[in-house]
Amino acid sequence: MVVDHLAPELDAAAVDRLFHALADATRRDIVVSAMAGEHSVSALARRYPMSVAAVQKHVAVLERAHLVTKERRGREQIVRMNIDAIHQASRLLDAIEDLWRGRIDRIGELLAVEPEGATP
Amino acid sequence: MSVINVSKDLDALTMTMTAEFAAPVERVWQVWENPRLLERWWGPPTHPATMVEHDLTAGGRVRYFMTSPEGDKYHGWWRILAVDPPTGLELEDGFADDAGNPIPDMPVTVMRMRLSEQPGGITRMTVDSQYATRDGMEKVIAMGVEEGMTQAVGQIDGLLAAEVSA
Repeated sequence: MVVDHLAPELDAAAVDRLFHALADATRRDIVVSAMAGEHSVSALARRYPMSVAAVQKHVAVLERAHLVTKERRGREQIVRMNIDAIHQASRLLDAIEDLWRGRIDRIGELLAVEPEGATP
Repeated sequence: MSVINVSKDLDALTMTMTAEFAAPVERVWQVWENPRLLERWWGPPTHPATMVEHDLTAGGRVRYFMTSPEGDKYHGWWRILAVDPPTGLELEDGFADDAGNPIPDMPVTVMRMRLSEQPGGITRMTVDSQYATRDGMEKVIAMGVEEGMTQAVGQIDGLLAAEVSA
């Protein structure tokens, strides 16, 4: 795996936090909600059969993974999607693709120069 | 002449690459089977790969490292899941520590490589890559297909399908 070296903005610990954060259905749902717009923590809590404190904990995990940001506005805490994190995930996939395009080019060159049947 | 097709299935977090080479199947198989040839394409030119161990048998291991321009070594490993020379290879690819031992809890990619003979002395190579560890990358991608995501992130559109001639 060389992808982490090609997408250095995603270091191993950050990838780990991202995976952990997304490994829970409620947290994924919170992220999807946050994509559609801003939500207060108390509004999010009404959507799930759990306490505000439990939702707070999920939001904190998502914050540590930089998937969402939280901002105090008056008495409310507003949760917002962090688009950059999603871009990072998509850049990771792009990096894998670039890696393979390079590999395929190199195999093509290798096959073009090696004499027929050569097995050095 | 390697016409390449790359498709990314955001649902299954699979990336499938197809390339065609003007060479017989046996020769294309050699670029995987022969560690000296593998070294010449696995790592990017800036990070050439050195194969330390290379046992392409079911259950066998491949250990390698790539060397950065600064001389830093990045270690990786394969575990061979299945091998069917000269047309099929299935393996796990992961990170290793400086001693070459797999690092637990790091993302592991499952790769399936297939070669098939095409008319005109052409060999088609298909490589499926899939993230497997801890539902890791799969979760990222599963999320990607949620409605709204595509609108939120325009770039992801481009990930769904890409086709170029190289």
